[in-house]
Amino acid sequence: MAFGTLERTKFVTAASELARNTLVHGKGGTVTIIEVERDGRIGIKLVFADEGPGIPDINRALEDGYSTAKSMGLGLGGARRLVNEFDITSAVNVGTTVSITQWKRR
Amino acid sequence: MEQIPVLKLGDFLLVSIQVELHDELVLNLQDDLTSRIEKTHARGVLIDISALEIVDSFIGRTLGHIAAMARVLDATTVLVGMRPAVAITLVELGMSLKGIRTALDIDKGMALLRLSLDEASDETGEFS
Repeated sequence: MAFGTLERTKFVTAASELARNTLVHGKGGTVTIIEVERDGRIGIKLVFADEGPGIPDINRALEDGYSTAKSMGLGLGGARRLVNEFDITSAVNVGTTVSITQWKRR
Repeated sequence: MEQIPVLKLGDFLLVSIQVELHDELVLNLQDDLTSRIEKTHARGVLIDISALEIVDSFIGRTLGHIAAMARVLDATTVLVGMRPAVAITLVELGMSLKGIRTALDIDKGMALLRLSLDEASDETGEFS
């Protein structure tokens, strides 16, 4: 699956932000890479899952400048702007799952 | 320890990053550069990132820290060679790298460093 340079750069940068969150805040976790297809379009989806402390206030965590550790501040909100689709679910003391999808341009 | 080479050229230090950066590597570069500025009394630092495909918020922030630390040590930092896709991604991410000077390529970056050195010596009259 070949993406354009800009799409690739944005997606990999978003993945880097989210992987760091999984490591730093989630105390480690997994990432799953999935090839997806919808309405004849193909794309790539990454799912970052951890069983860390969870995020009490997701809307606040998506704001720029929100930070709970030294490396944070732009991660979640920034990553959301870089990808086509962004989903997050989180429960305190259960963990956080973030998935991002980039669709290949037709 | 994996390290990015720092080359001394006259009053300047040159860093050409030829591998994708990870957190530890960029933090090592920060430590190494600041101690080299102190040892060599360098007045300028040129960092070439033309080989970098990814600059995430951590790396962007650390490059900003390097420039700020260099400034406190009386050296100007110029970041050169950023790829257009990296520039677009950084700005969308919310990082505009305020406080770090940039130039399109090494030649323009070196010219900028020489200019800032001339300006500094004009101000102090030290070399005039």
